[in-house]
Amino acid sequence: MNLHGDRQQVDPGNPMLRTGLRMISRILNAVGLPRLIVGGFVVALFVLGRIMDLPLQNLLTNSISRFGMNAVMVLAMVPAIQCGIGPNFGLPIGLLAGLIGMVSALELGFSGFQGLMLSMAMGAGLGALLGIGYGLFLNRVKGQEMMVGTYAGFAAVSLMCISWLMLPFKNPELIWVLGGKGLRMTISLSDSFGHVLDKLLSFKIGGLVIPTGLLGVVFALAAAYKLFEMTKLGMAMNLAGQNERFARAAGIDCDRMRVVGSGISTALGAIGIVVYAQSYGFIQLYTAPLLMAFPAVASVLIGGATPKEASVSNALIGTLLFQSLLATTVPVAQSVIGGDISEIVRLIVSNGMVLYALTRGRGGDAADG
Amino acid sequence: MCGYVLEMYGITKDYYGNRVLNDVILKVRPGEIHGIVGENGAGKSTLMNILFGMPVIYNTGGFQGKIRFCGVETAFASPRQALESGIGMVHQEFMLIPGFTVAENIKLNREPLKSTWLAKLAGGRMNRLDWPKIISDSKAALNTVGLGIDEMLPVAGLPVGYMQFVEIAREVDKQGVKLLVFDEPTALLTEAESEQLMSSVRKISDSGVAVIFISHRLDEVLRLCDKITVMRDGEVVASMGASDPGATIHRIAELMVGREVVRPSYPKRTTDPGDDDIILSIQDLMVDMPGEEVHGITLSVRRGEILGIGGLAGQGKIGISNGVMGVYPAQGRVIKDGTEIPLNNPAEAYRQKLAFLSEDRKNVGLILDRSVENNITVAATLVKSMFQKTLGIGRMGIRIRDKKSARKFSEEMIRDLDIRCTGPSQLVRRLSGGNQQKVCIARALALEPEILLVSEPTRGIDVGAKQRILDLLVNLNREKGMTIILTSSELAELRQVCDRIAVIYGGRLVDILSPDDSNARFGMAMSGRRAEASELTRRPTAS
Repeated sequence: MNLHGDRQQVDPGNPMLRTGLRMISRILNAVGLPRLIVGGFVVALFVLGRIMDLPLQNLLTNSISRFGMNAVMVLAMVPAIQCGIGPNFGLPIGLLAGLIGMVSALELGFSGFQGLMLSMAMGAGLGALLGIGYGLFLNRVKGQEMMVGTYAGFAAVSLMCISWLMLPFKNPELIWVLGGKGLRMTISLSDSFGHVLDKLLSFKIGGLVIPTGLLGVVFALAAAYKLFEMTKLGMAMNLAGQNERFARAAGIDCDRMRVVGSGISTALGAIGIVVYAQSYGFIQLYTAPLLMAFPAVASVLIGGATPKEASVSNALIGTLLFQSLLATTVPVAQSVIGGDISEIVRLIVSNGMVLYALTRGRGGDAADG
Repeated sequence: MCGYVLEMYGITKDYYGNRVLNDVILKVRPGEIHGIVGENGAGKSTLMNILFGMPVIYNTGGFQGKIRFCGVETAFASPRQALESGIGMVHQEFMLIPGFTVAENIKLNREPLKSTWLAKLAGGRMNRLDWPKIISDSKAALNTVGLGIDEMLPVAGLPVGYMQFVEIAREVDKQGVKLLVFDEPTALLTEAESEQLMSSVRKISDSGVAVIFISHRLDEVLRLCDKITVMRDGEVVASMGASDPGATIHRIAELMVGREVVRPSYPKRTTDPGDDDIILSIQDLMVDMPGEEVHGITLSVRRGEILGIGGLAGQGKIGISNGVMGVYPAQGRVIKDGTEIPLNNPAEAYRQKLAFLSEDRKNVGLILDRSVENNITVAATLVKSMFQKTLGIGRMGIRIRDKKSARKFSEEMIRDLDIRCTGPSQLVRRLSGGNQQKVCIARALALEPEILLVSEPTRGIDVGAKQRILDLLVNLNREKGMTIILTSSELAELRQVCDRIAVIYGGRLVDILSPDDSNARFGMAMSGRRAEASELTRRPTAS
């Protein structure tokens, strides 16, 4: 190649090569570079796992269940982006609502499926309220939602750290074993509603465990949101986020739409943490939700969303890619280099994706030549 | 001394194959005040850009022709070079730093310095400002322009008119200025301030500096200038001395506008719209639209007419539609068929069967990254709940988008309006300007409006498509009886299709003219003067 040849036209070469190049660029445009890289990496890890003789079923099972665990929290990013506040870095606010829902349900003595449903309902209700307040707050800091959201989330988590200690919970399952006051760091759900969704209607094919209930909830929520997108409110909200001036001229109250989007996003965040906790088997309080917004933001962006546009499929595809990546790195890395680098990979990928989103306004498929 | 300070010969300039200047000649003597008048788009700004060697000229392929400055052939490659050679410019928009004082602004970048011992060691950057000299020079400059203010005041708090004077004072203060260009300096001034400005311009020219004075206010130009050049469509149509017998406001206005208007024979109506059937009454409308402010306009729109709103850019004509539709903050009353439409609320305006095609097609009019179908139907869904179906059983159900009816309607529109696209799902971004405008029209039609407000419908659209858009609007008016309020900077276009034309100047209504009125009448109205009947009879426009 001619290194100084930017003045010279590159030789078009034979037509085969040209169409080949054009096809590659079209695929790149359609799929987007980040998805291609992450997807390729995941495939490579599976191949490597196969070579290293790791049980492929376990890897896949792991990927699927991690997908189910996290998908709702990633789904929470979609309304936030669509309404114009961008990726919801304030997700911990919703997570806290979900946590409050769960500990309240446990305190009231509910368990099993009932406990789960009550947790979700209380969490979602509280989340919607908090989200509306959060949306009103964000309307005052337009243009800096990501930064402000991050710190709003941090502040809320810290505030709740005090509250977890102060709240008058009585259930011995919840409070510290030794002291009489304050909630535990980690609350086991094995006696209440741990894994109830995972186990619901789950089945096995050739060593592959399909958590039907878990996936069912994820897809039901996704479908419900899809339906919402088609309603007038959903369309108005999406329009407000995409082109505020157009929306305003069409008679849409954009500030109100932002509040609606923030409310839905925060409520979904609350449901998301309940789904996550039941699958994980534990409720984690105190600083656990602090950094949980980042992987969710990263997932939706890997899925092809931009800070201005997102769809349900972006969220689902992104979660699948991101979580498969994490699920496969641990065992594969362990067998290859004999150490656990999954946490490092998780940090690199999730923070890298957030960084990527902040520096780039548009995503792969929306980019215009 | 040279015979002419500035000579420009055969200046020709194309922008992407579009000729904006054609063989322009301009000569200015020392000490002369030379007025240049013309409509928007006549080529005044381009001519000045060429004179100053603005990058925009070179980035678009340069220009043809010769420029001589003080007898020496030159072509300034950058504004800096032009400034150094002795050409000054007083800008329309203020190039002042608000936080600095008047004196600092006057001396900006040319501060007189005092040597210090540190500078001897470390070089010129360590010199001290010579404040006494800055102050005395600024005082002198301010005196020349007749502005008696404290030179140590910050610019930020000054009235707008004063800022203009500070700007002029800065140019006056420059040593060796031979030619000073004023680009619409009085646009933002009150009458008294304009008077003051003109007297300072005279003072400047008396000291031997040549002045080029660009203005829309014909009476000012006529009183102030020694010579006047009239431009139209990129050509110099006349150049005259201000004392020539032919140099009257009337004649200049006529020259400025004077274009043959071909009025195609549109179908006649059975009954002509009249004042006895008013569909929309606008009372004391004030609109706060930056750059297009409206300061109290009262206007009645007849049912079934095409009302044109014309005027020069920045005079507020665009603000009217935007104010009525609630896109920009407005005050006043707008009454449609006896019901008052609340302002600042676009949704309410739509509910009252108004629809709007914005002048900002790419931002407000369309969502470029969505499909043709989506663009056409989305507003109707939001405003009128059209293109929806109910999903659910019995009374329990939610209303969601109905793709089938939306597709059907947009296909109809594509056919009826002849929108050239690959299909309803093509992205609007990929369409040409004319077809994008048709998508906007289709979107408005989906709302089934009684009144259609159209702002600059042909801006950025190629010539052939322009006519098709105008014909389409006339068709809607004649066939569906839709009342149309058409705002446009192109007077010829308004005169072609409108029944009446309201001319706006300075945010106020100057006159409502018939499209058949004389060029002179239009020209004067556009420069803010209502032609008196006597004036017109004295000087008939037979030619």
